[in-house]
Amino acid sequence: MSLSLIRTVLLTAFSFCSAARSLSTSVHLQAQGNVSGVMLTCEKWKMPIPFSQYNSKSKKTLAKPGVKNIVLVDGVRTPFLQSGTTYADLMPHDLARAALQGLLNRTGLPKDAVDYIVYGTVIQEVKTSNVAREAALGAGFSDKTPAHTVTMACISSNQAMTTAVGLIAAGQCDAVVAGGVEFMSDVPIRHSRKMRKTMLSLNKAKTLGARLSLLGSIRLAHLSPELPAVAEFSTAETMGHSADRLAAAFGVSRLEQDEFALRSHTLAKKAQDGGMLSDVISFKVPGRDIVSKDNGIRPATMEQLAKLKPAFIKPHGTVTAANSSFLTDGASAVLIMSEEKALAMGYKPKAYLRDFVYVSQDPKDQLLLGPTYATPKVLEKSGLTLNDIDVFEFHEAFAGQIMANLKAMESDWFAQTYMGRKTKVGAPPMEKFNTWGGSLSLGHPFAATGCRLVTTVAHRLQKEGGQYGLVAACAAGGQGHAMVIEAYPQ
Amino acid sequence: IYEVKDNVAVVRINDPTSKVNTLSRHMQAEMVEVMNEIWGNAAVKSAVLISRKPGCFIAGADIKYHTHTHSLTSLSQEGQKIFDQVEKSPIPIVAAINGSCLGGGLEFAIACQYRIATKSKKTILGTPEVMLGLLPGAGGTQRLPKMVGLPAAFDMMLTGRNIRPDKAKKMGLVHQLVDPLGPGLKSPEERTIEYLEEVAVDFAKGLAGKKVTMEKKKGLVQKIQDFVMGLPPVRKQIYKTVHSKVMKQSKGLYPAPLKIIECVQTGIEKGNAAGYLTESQNFGKLAMTSESRALIGLYHGQVTCKKNHFGKPERDVKKLAVLGAGLMGAGIAQVTIDKGVATILKDTTEEGLARGHQQVYKGLNDKTKKKSLTTFERDGIMSLLSGQLDYRDFENADMVIEAVFEDLSIKHKVVKEVEAVIPPHCIFATNTSALPIKDIAAASKRPEKVIGMHYFSPVDKMQLLEIITTNKTSKDTTASAVAVGLKQGKVIIVVGDGPGFYTTRCLAPMLAEAVRALQEGVGPKKLDSLTTGFGFPVGAATLADEVGIDVAAHVAEDLGKAFGTRFGGGNVEVLKMMVQKGFKGRKSGKGCYVYGAKSKEKKVNSGAEDILKSFKLTAPPAVSADEDIQYRLVSRFVNEAVLCLQEGILPDPVQGDIGAVFGLGFPPCLGGPFRFVDSHGADKLVQKMKRFEEAYGNQFTPCQLLLDHAKDSSKRFHK
Repeated sequence: MSLSLIRTVLLTAFSFCSAARSLSTSVHLQAQGNVSGVMLTCEKWKMPIPFSQYNSKSKKTLAKPGVKNIVLVDGVRTPFLQSGTTYADLMPHDLARAALQGLLNRTGLPKDAVDYIVYGTVIQEVKTSNVAREAALGAGFSDKTPAHTVTMACISSNQAMTTAVGLIAAGQCDAVVAGGVEFMSDVPIRHSRKMRKTMLSLNKAKTLGARLSLLGSIRLAHLSPELPAVAEFSTAETMGHSADRLAAAFGVSRLEQDEFALRSHTLAKKAQDGGMLSDVISFKVPGRDIVSKDNGIRPATMEQLAKLKPAFIKPHGTVTAANSSFLTDGASAVLIMSEEKALAMGYKPKAYLRDFVYVSQDPKDQLLLGPTYATPKVLEKSGLTLNDIDVFEFHEAFAGQIMANLKAMESDWFAQTYMGRKTKVGAPPMEKFNTWGGSLSLGHPFAATGCRLVTTVAHRLQKEGGQYGLVAACAAGGQGHAMVIEAYPQ
Repeated sequence: IYEVKDNVAVVRINDPTSKVNTLSRHMQAEMVEVMNEIWGNAAVKSAVLISRKPGCFIAGADIKYHTHTHSLTSLSQEGQKIFDQVEKSPIPIVAAINGSCLGGGLEFAIACQYRIATKSKKTILGTPEVMLGLLPGAGGTQRLPKMVGLPAAFDMMLTGRNIRPDKAKKMGLVHQLVDPLGPGLKSPEERTIEYLEEVAVDFAKGLAGKKVTMEKKKGLVQKIQDFVMGLPPVRKQIYKTVHSKVMKQSKGLYPAPLKIIECVQTGIEKGNAAGYLTESQNFGKLAMTSESRALIGLYHGQVTCKKNHFGKPERDVKKLAVLGAGLMGAGIAQVTIDKGVATILKDTTEEGLARGHQQVYKGLNDKTKKKSLTTFERDGIMSLLSGQLDYRDFENADMVIEAVFEDLSIKHKVVKEVEAVIPPHCIFATNTSALPIKDIAAASKRPEKVIGMHYFSPVDKMQLLEIITTNKTSKDTTASAVAVGLKQGKVIIVVGDGPGFYTTRCLAPMLAEAVRALQEGVGPKKLDSLTTGFGFPVGAATLADEVGIDVAAHVAEDLGKAFGTRFGGGNVEVLKMMVQKGFKGRKSGKGCYVYGAKSKEKKVNSGAEDILKSFKLTAPPAVSADEDIQYRLVSRFVNEAVLCLQEGILPDPVQGDIGAVFGLGFPPCLGGPFRFVDSHGADKLVQKMKRFEEAYGNQFTPCQLLLDHAKDSSKRFHK
């Protein structure tokens, strides 16, 4: 009885994910033809840069006197898969281990050269609460390398990276591995509080009579499980619901959202087919095949998108399964070093990690406006304007959320009324914005997305020849983050 | 006045002369005109009715200008007619509700074919007519039962309670809910209304195109209920049960609930025409009753007492300190932090502080259980409370309210201690129920900053705050105290200083008379039923237990000293003896009654009965009939109230009525002591008092102002 109950509840909880999956089935059939070799991503690495739109602009460097130059040596990620697919039987640290091993392989880093490991995760597997340590041990890092886990919702791996930057800037470390993992195929579902209490008392009960009376106190209602929700603890509102309200507040139409979602999938498909997603490593899943591609990219037609019913605010909402990011399994990792150390070890760094900020706002009505608040702040810190940025990588939680942020950034009234600024910062030009797809299409394993964004900026700067990149993301709790990244001179 | 969007006529209601929309005669005429135009416009396939006012859909009807049963009946009939047309509209009409949708507003909305409401905290739906002694007179008693079922409809109309959006959706009062929006490219309020309109227009289009159905999905429970309600014997039983419940609660003193039952019953059992006729006739009758006048008077009085008549204070109180974490102190702290004002709660002992802290937490936590607060909001509110044993941070307090033990020397000590640590602008308010403020202020270096703030227990439930000014209290101090009280959500009367101020002074003689009656052998239960039978929500004996016998004894003695034999009647020694035996009322488990037992039936405390026997007096038969006892109690209350007005303690009869009803539970159906004198007739009251005076003495001597009113029937307290 209780089992079927759990199943029903589970089905309801993840119905939005399955809706997303059913949409993608047809796309997969078409895409199967061009699945290429396992080493696809590494091959692409050696390819010449085909185009450089922003060639030789030669802007000033953002190096600051007295501040150490910190560089991104390289970054990798496992393929991002829809939860419940090929990774279904793994544990979070398995995925994290795959990313860490991939980073070691990619960089040829000696295992004992790492001073510290910081890893992010959001939904915690209780058995591996310090998933950083478990994954590092399994990945063959020296057991002398300490590791800790951080959590900050969707910007957890951003937090891992900036923690690494802090450690290096403070002179405590020279080489730090940062990353993040999210595993939504299995989440901790707990007994109800009442049941837990009874079970804990059972441990302490001394006599058989006491035990029996405790067992007798269990009621059917105690058996209903407690599910983790993608909902704000403070407001009990699910994120999709908040996104729908945000979209409405900024007058973002369903059509705009579907168009943006389609753009994300189309660009991601193009990037995947064009071999741009070179941060993806292939991963032999134990007991399964080798996985080497993201499996959530599904460029449908506008008609298909328009057919979907709203997923959160029913029946008149605008956020659907197709214009939201889907539940994803995945892990990412980056190697961050001081510039001297990297050069001394013979690396050619990919980018400088420059200024970054964290912001936070009202978790109810401004839950997903992090990029709007963080962008002007970090640009000011770096002495840049929006026009100086060549490459934008924003986390796409929901198409409606991105569109709302773009509208907010474009509004003087919003800047003046809510941000205490004189003028708007401006919206990024779309030709520079998430041009290799984004979380909507590539997937969004909560704590792994940050490293993907940073690595993608570094790669896009190299490909496109730009100098500055900007990463921005929103996160649960009404928090946000932005970072300025500078291309490493080629 | 209306705009056509995609074949949908959008009617935006906005009364430019008022902050809220009311169904005035003018508005009704305009609505008829607009609706006729819409019905005549072939391009219009459906309509949306929405208000442009941020916190208000339609807040009710306006009955100010009608003074005859006949004209009120016809007013009701006009309303019925208009809404009947709306109900039979050839095109679907969607009511888009944001903010209060009450009375006539709700009746309008339920006549429409479809209702969408925002989930805003300001959105409330309800039929509050019964609280004004009226009934929903524009088809409400006929439509509501059909829409939400008999039990829910009775509950709404007989209690007048506000229904919040979630509940409204569940019970079938609205079809769809729309979430309020946060900041966007416009202010949240403005954009939320726009959004509501957009959604409503979509639904209107859907209804016109038959893509949206008006039928609500009915659950199994609903279907069963509908079936059961279809059985005449079941309905009959419901009418009977509801009737007897109303009689039990209202003691038959309020005509409106009974008329509402009659209207519903007629409509369901005898058909629409009979139902509408009964509704309009009863509406006309009810509006002319003294009960309705009394209740409407209280409503207007309450509105007046929710305004600051002393101007804007120089400084806002941003930090409040409360001394004493007892029942009162903690209650004051709770209603203050609840409104976002940082509050220090200081006590002298850790136990006292912990108890007070727990009281505040429990008060807020109970709200989370009722879902009016989230646990997160509760935590945020609690974070504004600083419980402490010392005077830390008092240098930043803008106001201190002391609620320490009622003893002048302790109060003096507190004044001195506090004045040593507070900044010069800080106001010192004292929460006392009887000690004259000027006596407390005598210890102050800055009497212009001293004021009395008399809260009523339990503070988070009782609406009244009695503010007492001495002749030294500055106007700004008063303005600030009123501002704080209003922020705490209180209904405020501002009275002059003197022993017992206004409220306690009125209550004391009535309680003295209650003791007298007890001594004469009227048992506590009989006394309670006599007083509740007159309309008091709580019986006199129970009230004494709730207030505390010790407090009653204290007050009786103090005021007895101050006012002499006028406060006599009962023997104070009865109360003192009870206190001595530990019968301090509910708080000690025993008073007139025994508390603590789980059974609902209260038991009379035999110990108290023994004491009463030892103080037994013979009842003078000429003035001891049930009605005599009732009028002995009430006339002493009323006479003292009138005397307070005569002496200038009370600034006006309105505040006197509000104070008596909201603070002491004076029968609301009588509208307060002053309205009671007006409606009962001062001459008749004086006659009765003269009779009592003969038997008992000068505690029944009517005061001069009452005599003046008795002599000249044109003199009235309320115009």
